Amino acid sequence: MERGEPIIEFRDFSFQYNAQMEPTLYNIDLTIYKGEKVLIAGPSGCGKSTLVNCINGLIPFSYKGEIKGSLKINGEESSSQSISRISNTVGTVLQDSDAQFIGMTVLEDIAFALENECVVKEDMLERVHRAAQIVDISDHLEYAPTDLSGGQKQRTGIAGILVDDVEVMLFDEPLANLDPATGKTAMELIDEVSAGTGATVIVVEHRIEDVLHIDMDRIILMEDGRIVFDGTPDALLSSNLLIEGGIREPLYITALKYAGVEITEDKLPHSIRSINLTYEDKDLVRMWHESTPTVRPAPKTDTILDIKNLEFAYEDREPTLKGVDLEVHRGELMSIVGRNGAGKSTIAKVICRFEKDCTGSMELMGEDLKTLSIKECADRVGYVMQNPNQMISKTLIFDEIALGLRMRGFSEDAIQEKVESVMKICGLYEFRKWPISALSYGQKKRVTIASILVLDPDIIILDEPTAGQDFRHYTDIMEFLRDINSRGITIIMITHDMHLMLEYAERALVFTDGRIIADDTSAAILTNPAITEKASLKETSLYHLALMCGIEPSEFVQHFINYDREVRS
Amino acid sequence: MKLLNYIERKSPVHSLNGASKLFCLLMWICSTMITFNTPFLLGATILGAVAFKLSRLKLSEQKGLLYFLLCFMLLNALLIYIFNPERGVELYGTRNLLFTIWGRFTITKEQLLYQFNVILKYLSTIPIILVFIGSTQPSELAASMNRIGIPYSFSYSFALALRYIPDTVASFIDISRCQQARGIEMSNKESILKRVKAAAALVLPLILGSVEQIEVITNAMELRKFGTQKRRTWIMSRPFRAGDYLTIVIGIGMMAFVIAYNVINGSRFWNPFI
Repeated sequence: MERGEPIIEFRDFSFQYNAQMEPTLYNIDLTIYKGEKVLIAGPSGCGKSTLVNCINGLIPFSYKGEIKGSLKINGEESSSQSISRISNTVGTVLQDSDAQFIGMTVLEDIAFALENECVVKEDMLERVHRAAQIVDISDHLEYAPTDLSGGQKQRTGIAGILVDDVEVMLFDEPLANLDPATGKTAMELIDEVSAGTGATVIVVEHRIEDVLHIDMDRIILMEDGRIVFDGTPDALLSSNLLIEGGIREPLYITALKYAGVEITEDKLPHSIRSINLTYEDKDLVRMWHESTPTVRPAPKTDTILDIKNLEFAYEDREPTLKGVDLEVHRGELMSIVGRNGAGKSTIAKVICRFEKDCTGSMELMGEDLKTLSIKECADRVGYVMQNPNQMISKTLIFDEIALGLRMRGFSEDAIQEKVESVMKICGLYEFRKWPISALSYGQKKRVTIASILVLDPDIIILDEPTAGQDFRHYTDIMEFLRDINSRGITIIMITHDMHLMLEYAERALVFTDGRIIADDTSAAILTNPAITEKASLKETSLYHLALMCGIEPSEFVQHFINYDREVRS
Repeated sequence: MKLLNYIERKSPVHSLNGASKLFCLLMWICSTMITFNTPFLLGATILGAVAFKLSRLKLSEQKGLLYFLLCFMLLNALLIYIFNPERGVELYGTRNLLFTIWGRFTITKEQLLYQFNVILKYLSTIPIILVFIGSTQPSELAASMNRIGIPYSFSYSFALALRYIPDTVASFIDISRCQQARGIEMSNKESILKRVKAAAALVLPLILGSVEQIEVITNAMELRKFGTQKRRTWIMSRPFRAGDYLTIVIGIGMMAFVIAYNVINGSRFWNPFI
């Protein structure tokens, strides 16, 4: 590929935060050229966020630390510029689209940078409308952030950097808060905008397969503050570096490797649409598929929660749940999926009695849930919020886990015993004397789950249990949940993550507009284009691989799940 | 319940510039707070009612704030009387006793006039506050504050607070329900003291969450050049029209009248007793 001028040049660049004992980035050598599309990947803590902050100028201007080596942005040393100078070249769209959204309305948010540059109102309006048109948000200019979907907020975010005619668009985990279909559209939009404006695109993500939905020129792989790979997607996917680096490979690559197919650069493995498989390769896949009979997990039948004709509406609004019928069985590990606003969080809140004004019936083992208070209900159905920091109200782990028991008047001896046994189950016993603030995100998550588990509920409902976690932490949390599940606790997870759904949930409920439109195995749902499209999901790449090889897709996906489970355990 | 309730409507008051309305509001409040000129306060009350009428707002739309202000007014009036039933006598310098309720609680003409003035101060400002809030877009508020001379960083933080109130309320509700599920009782079954203590337990996660959020928002703002220039423009600002100049003149007129009256009369009080 013909390369343009360099726009970002790291030369033997190291960085150490003032508060840290060791550098976060070591001897980075990296050049990004004008017009390139580059993906930066790596597990949590590999330094990719720090790299982002160097590129957009937050380092060294907001976060202080020691810099060695050189970083040139648009030909000039970054430390001799200023944040606002650098943002003329580099526009950043942050991961948290709510925080990125500063204005009271879309119009004001897009105009924010221009207002700060003292552009006169008439010019502003013209430039804002032009940017809004590019990202197709012109019809929502007077909307407030609360009335927008995740995808629309992100469009606003992109428009907000486009008004400044930036040369580099920097995206920090753009897919983190989006449902799968919206994520796909977001990547297409990024591609379109870069083609239209000629801007360089830098995407930081650990969801490689979803980013590679569009053609990226290069992938940079980071590990422990160093660049371990810098090359084309095809070259990376032909290696084993992703797995070694603790990052998830695209599923079709994993499947092909299981089948014994050799993946080489000339097969163009960067996308399921581009990959060239030989007849021999397809034969290998078919043989692998037929090597063992596909066992479907035996459905569970002992009904624990029985919901009939459940309806619910928030004050003065359209009903969010419209006649939901649902049976949950003892010991199930199930997922609830669907786009934002489809009713999946609402049904969890109604079951937990957070929202009370519902009609229809809800019975837990014959007991009417609708007569219970929120506290009584929590003895039977526990709810774990997405963000552990929102649940934790004590400073010591022991006190946090013991809180529910103390409120229920248990004796201190009984509390001691119960809390210790739950700590052991949750792998927290060794930290029992630690303050909670010293724990990592994943450990805090465990604390919140432990504080629910200690009340000995029959069902635990988790909202996005692995949001924002890399592959290693994801596996950690999910294996932990599977372990709890094997102890007889029924688990319901609300999620956008198709991998989680596929790999861990044997059953999936699909919500659309307040109704359940599908209730089946995850393998069946993610290979059904009619359902995935309706519910804003994305069919798995395994579906396309199966079609390519002439195998019945849902059988193939089920086979993959079973095989993968065995390999990994 | 919303305390600040902007209502989109077509009216001569809605079409005014936020800055001129804010200026007039401040002048209005200052002048009515300073003076004890009863005819002036009566005039201001009528003018306020006219402005409210012109704005085509309804009292029922501003219930929350209206009740709050009225309660405050009554409480204020009651406390003034309890602390010093003869404050009016001290101020006006005469004593026309009407009757005595009990002990030191007397009713004098002077006290009645004094308290009537205090109530009028409220009655003349309440409608104008309601009009301002009901007819000024929150987005325009920051631009207006900046226009009348308040530094833009302060004005913007004010707007930002408004922007994040719904988010904060939503996360507070979620946090509170999760804690209730764990057993912290927040309903009125529990004593006030216990509920206050329980609410305190909810504040920690809320604050921790907000601190995280603030750092991210600060970064987002800096990355889009907030604070790099001495001033900034506002896409929601509006040009000044004839009505705006009139509004400003009304504000200045009221203030000027009050100052002139104080100077000429030698006191803030309109005194019919001598």
